[in-house]
Amino acid sequence: MSKRFLYVNRKAPYGTIYALESLEVVLIGAAFEQDVSLAFLDDGVFQLTRGQQTDELGVKNFSPTYKALGDYDVNKIYVERESLEARGLSLDDLLPLTYEDEDDDWAEKDSIKLVSAAELAEIMQAQDVVLSF
Amino acid sequence: MKFSILVSEGPYTHQAADTAYNFTQAALEKGHEIYRIFFYHDGVNNGTRLTTPPQDDRNIVNRWSELAQEHEIDLVLCVAAAQRRGIADADEARRNGKDADNIAAGFRISGLGQLIDAGIEADRLITFGD
Repeated sequence: MSKRFLYVNRKAPYGTIYALESLEVVLIGAAFEQDVSLAFLDDGVFQLTRGQQTDELGVKNFSPTYKALGDYDVNKIYVERESLEARGLSLDDLLPLTYEDEDDDWAEKDSIKLVSAAELAEIMQAQDVVLSF
Repeated sequence: MKFSILVSEGPYTHQAADTAYNFTQAALEKGHEIYRIFFYHDGVNNGTRLTTPPQDDRNIVNRWSELAQEHEIDLVLCVAAAQRRGIADADEARRNGKDADNIAAGFRISGLGQLIDAGIEADRLITFGD
């Protein structure tokens, strides 16, 4: 029986290593065939922004890796609407993350769902394991 | 109840290691089982035997080692996080061409799969971090 794993991402992609090392857990965890969801809130919403440019920082831009999540069957990606709006961002500012739905003739679908803080609380409540980074 | 513990901050810098230790002690005293303690991010620094705190302070690393010996607890350092931060056992040191290892007694180095497994096998996975 699989468990419901939720990875909660709350920090900006650069400045600390949490976002990168969270993504590493998600990619390894995908091999365990559990029910996986990701949540992005607070400064964590910056992890999914388009057009990241890290040359001046001297660190690797790892944001293209998020686009591979669909291939790992990680396709429930919740972004908290309040966090996005508080930072002047909208869905259009985020990477277009998609997956192919095997139950719908492999149609390409969006992985990102905008949810309210209240909805996200319900999603968290429904999990077996919550890992916060 | 069967607990797994995730420690995601380094010793002394952050209280996470102390709180995780106190929780583990309390859980064991109440008769609960600790399935595994997994160290990630700077938490892997809990597992270097080169730590030398002042004599009038607690020795966080030795405390983990003693706990592991006394209760046969599985203490696991994430290999990727450990490599980044210079924590190695003899095998890792050899594989990466290093001239020394520094892992403390009772710890082992393994992959992130051990964290996922800890989440699957335990009734509760509890994170001590920032």
